[in-house]
Formats: sequence, C-alpha cells, structure tokens
Amino acid sequence: MKRKLTLVAALVLAVAGSAMAQTSIATLRGGTPLDTEAEPPAMAKEINSDLRQVRNYPEQPPLIPHKIDGYQIDLNANKCLSCHSRAAIEISQAPMVSITHFMNRDNQFLASVTPRRYFCNQCHVVQTDARPLVENGFVDIDQVLDYVKNNQGSSD
Amino acid sequence: MLGFLKRLWATIRRPSVHYSLGFLTMGGFVMGIVFWGGFNTALELTNTETFCTSCHEMRDNVYAELKTTIHYTNRSGVRATCPDCHVPHDWTNKIARKMQASKEVWGKIFGTISTREKFLDKRLELAQHEWARLEANDSLECRNCHSDESMDITRQSARAADFHQRLLFTGEKTCIDCHKGIAHQLPDMGQASLLIGAGSAQDVSSYLDR
Repeated sequence: MKRKLTLVAALVLAVAGSAMAQTSIATLRGGTPLDTEAEPPAMAKEINSDLRQVRNYPEQPPLIPHKIDGYQIDLNANKCLSCHSRAAIEISQAPMVSITHFMNRDNQFLASVTPRRYFCNQCHVVQTDARPLVENGFVDIDQVLDYVKNNQGSSD
Repeated sequence: MLGFLKRLWATIRRPSVHYSLGFLTMGGFVMGIVFWGGFNTALELTNTETFCTSCHEMRDNVYAELKTTIHYTNRSGVRATCPDCHVPHDWTNKIARKMQASKEVWGKIFGTISTREKFLDKRLELAQHEWARLEANDSLECRNCHSDESMDITRQSARAADFHQRLLFTGEKTCIDCHKGIAHQLPDMGQASLLIGAGSAQDVSSYLDR
C-alpha cells in the first residue's frame, strides 16, 4: 500500500513537473500552440554608431559598428574592401584589414587579402539593439585575472 | 538625281495652286501638333521602366538586381525607375542619350547580351560606360533627387557625414566615385579599382613591360 502511494505521488510530481517545464522553458514560439502562427518579434535595428566596440577576448574578430545593408561580397567585388583595403584607408580613414588576412595557411604573407579571409562577414558581424533572449553572465578575462590575483593567498 | 532635286526645289518654291493660305497654315499647325505630340509620346513611352523591362536582358539581369536595393524598396516608398538614373532629364541631353541608345537597339537585334553568360562577359564594359557618363556629368542623375543643399548630414551616420563633408561638398569626388554598385551588382573591376590616385593603366604597363 505504502509502495503504491509513493508511485502515485511520483507520477503526480512527474506530470506537474513536465507541465511546469513547459511554461518555464523559453522558446522562440513562446506560448503559441503548434497549429497557429506565432507573431514574430519586431525586427531589431542594426547598430550604426561608428564607434568601435570592445573585444571580449583578444582573438575576437572586431564587430562591425555600422550598417552593411546590400554590401556585395562575391567573386567580383568586395564592398568592405573599398574602404578597409590597404590602398583605400588614406581616403576612408577606416581601419585596415589586419595583416593576418594577407597570410595563407602556410603562414606565408601574400600581396593581397588571401582567399580564405576574403569573405568578411564569415567572422565580422554587425550588432543589433535586440534584447538578449537569455541573460549573459560573461566576465571579462581582466576581471578574472584581477580576481585570481586578489584571492591568490586564500585560494592556494 | 540632280534633275529630280531641281524639280523638287522648284515645286517647293512655287506658290500653291489649289490650297488656300489658311488651309496650309492651319494644316501645318495641326500636323505640327500631331507629329510633335506623337514624337514626344513615343519618347516618353520608351522612357518608362515597363518599356525597359519588356526585354528579358533588362528584366532578368539588372532589374532583378535593382529589386533588392534601396532604390527599389525603402521606408518612404519613393523609388527610382530605370530612366531616373540612366536618362538625363533635360531635353537636349535626353535626346543625345536617346540617340546613343540606338546602339542598344542594335544590341537587342543581334543578341549582344541575349544570355546570362554574354551579359556577364560584357557587364564590365557596360558598367564602365555608365560610370564614365556619371563622372563626366558630375553624377547629374543622382543629383536630380539628391541635392547637396537638401542633404542634412546631421541626420546621417558620423561616417557618412564625414565623407560627404570632406569629399562631396568640396567637389573632390562625385557621387559615383564611392557609390558604384548602389543599384546593381558590381562586375570584377580588379584590385586596382580600389586605388585612388594610382598611375594610369599605360603607366603601369610601360613600367612592368620593360
């Protein structure tokens, strides 16, 4: 009898738990049932401040601080390079593509941007003013280093 | 032949026998309206996007590309059609451009760019013609809508405002220098297209071919 009761209690808990999970999990659909079309969120605006943004770690490809609507990057032309190429920066005063982009996979420097680094927005992206879907607890490495240094005595 | 011309001249010089002066003047006036009106109507008819895109060369290539750009769809719903950028608006230049465009009729008849491949092969040359035209007339067709006076650079991004102040308003550059490929895709212009103030192609070849 006691065993039966435990089983029922477990079952009730499981059902309640799954029902709760259903409402608490954040999905892109929200609470919209499967047979109806969810209303899409409003399109976020691209950040167009022209202010360089912080890199969260040294290897991070710099973010693009401006709109790139309709920028053509294909076999024929690369719109980004019309300002960011070595030859163009005097007029544009834009940051030049990093010298690493001239380096092929054998670490040889080429005379121009290597094909493997040609497609800028494989790594460099614009940002929008969209609200993050989940909270981000990222801590900068400098803060981590300071924390470790300050707690050196106690943690060792 | 000369005899015929002489007789024609004599006929033209002779006063009319059968028709009154009033009929001839009024007739001339009416026919003038009909012919001039007809000419202008035909001119305007060939100056529409519907006319341009009635050929597959334009509809499937350049027009298809235009559709994704800001000159076709944008927040205010004002848009540019083919002739807004490719045909001068004032009469003399328009007629000159229309006469040049007879070459395009020739191209249509002989299928110069009748396939996608032919078009892509010829695209650089065609684009260069347009760029040369816009450079020569100080981007007149851009300026038909975008004027320096009405351009409020405080409403532009800092980058755009700086460029326009430094290069456009000083007359150092004209719109097309920076805004190539704004309404259609760019052909392969080569690396050197990014160089500003570089030596001409002749200089380069005379140096490298030594």
